[in-house]
Amino acid sequence: MTDATRSPDTNLPGTAAPIYRHRLTTRIWHWVSAITIFIMIGSGLTILNAHPHLYWGQFGANNDHAWLHTWRAPSWLTIPAGYNLAVARRWHLLFALVLGFGLLFYMVSSLLNRHFQRDFRIRGRELSAAHLWYDAKEHAALRFHDPDQPNARNIFQKLAYVLTIFALLPAIILSGLALSPGMNAAWPWLLDLMGGRASARSVHFIAMLGIVLFIIVHLALVILAGAWPETRSMITGWWRIPDHDKREDAA
Amino acid sequence: MSTLITRRSLVTSAALGAGALLAGCDRVAEIPAARKILFSGEKLNMGLQRALSNRHSLAPEYRADQMSPFFRTNGTRNPNTPDYNAMVADRFASWRLKVGGLVARPLSISHAQLMAMPARTQITRHDCVEGWSAIGKWHGPMLGSVLKAAGVKDAARYIVFTCADLYSGANYYESIDLIDAFHPQTILAWGMNDRLLDVGHGAPVRLRLERQLGYKHAKYVMAIDAVASLAGIGLGKGGYWEDNVDYDWYAGI
Repeated sequence: MTDATRSPDTNLPGTAAPIYRHRLTTRIWHWVSAITIFIMIGSGLTILNAHPHLYWGQFGANNDHAWLHTWRAPSWLTIPAGYNLAVARRWHLLFALVLGFGLLFYMVSSLLNRHFQRDFRIRGRELSAAHLWYDAKEHAALRFHDPDQPNARNIFQKLAYVLTIFALLPAIILSGLALSPGMNAAWPWLLDLMGGRASARSVHFIAMLGIVLFIIVHLALVILAGAWPETRSMITGWWRIPDHDKREDAA
Repeated sequence: MSTLITRRSLVTSAALGAGALLAGCDRVAEIPAARKILFSGEKLNMGLQRALSNRHSLAPEYRADQMSPFFRTNGTRNPNTPDYNAMVADRFASWRLKVGGLVARPLSISHAQLMAMPARTQITRHDCVEGWSAIGKWHGPMLGSVLKAAGVKDAARYIVFTCADLYSGANYYESIDLIDAFHPQTILAWGMNDRLLDVGHGAPVRLRLERQLGYKHAKYVMAIDAVASLAGIGLGKGGYWEDNVDYDWYAGI
């Protein structure tokens, strides 16, 4: 299927014809991950509450130097709401499999259907200072789409997705695996990669903060770019090109 | 329809949805069928880990200069029962490690006999389920040597440890399977950091199970039994924490 497939649905209002923006594999992975990431953060905060201190190096306990003492996550943010480490671990370790294998499924299918190559490939000229500055100004003016290529992702969008999909998510999965004593025996390179178990726990936490930041920016931009058309496109796949000028005229 | 209202309602429903998801997780965990799925993660993870690793794969061992300057205690710091205090008073001369169950030759091993056995020294990392970890040096015979001396029968599937410390009035207990029981780093440690194991860390003997979390490393070990099934042990899930607080029996993750 090509990017600019015309919708057979001609009843949709608007000037431009809808375009097919999100493939089925992308949509399935998006919503499965959206639920999974909430469960992972909620249960992860309960686990953090069990020992809210973070260290660097191979080991770390109460008498060692902690680089961060985190605040206690409130019960309205945690899974389960009441402190229960055992049940939090059940949620976390089951949905870790959904997160990990889900990402693998998305990565393989996106390579095969060329989603990555087509939509996320960053070209050299996009990283030039002039282009970055131009795109920043466009963002500030709340213009997120190139009228000539409405389906193309802009450079900040590409960087955010590439960073999340290829750095933050792999980092949180690998650092999580490095926390497992069984996996430490199976794959000792995990610990070498992370610089020790206490470091892996810190990396796990920092990657979580990065993902939370991504979610906040992602949701804010979905709202600014048109909450319902954007959400609908992630449900049905079809996206109608927003027409900002037209909207202002109507208002 | 104004765009603003659509946006506001969407934001509100997204926020409500997120809140409902967090609250809903607790409701879901109460439904028996959902709980079963939730708890199936343990078997999935254990199966995956066993499939990905060699059963003899070793936990990382560290250099002496990488050891924790202070190794905190956790769980029971002192069983403090009359029987235990009497053993501490006579420096464990009256302590006997009973090895029984499905074995050809039940054993009763004294502290001196255990210390005379060929021993392994390993500097390993102890990971608590709560998130802290500490590196210490452990010294003692391989559990496998003791089990070989007793002759584990073919019907045996698990090794159960009964301890001197009491939880809710009953002795602490834990269990492991034969893959971990005969793993070379699974030792009955009587020495720690070049000294005799102290009371806080499980004197006279504690289990070291280096590929699993700390709560599996039974302290104050009194008896070791080979069994065919965990059904008759405690409430049947294989350990005090497993039976009472839903901790995973497989603590490799």
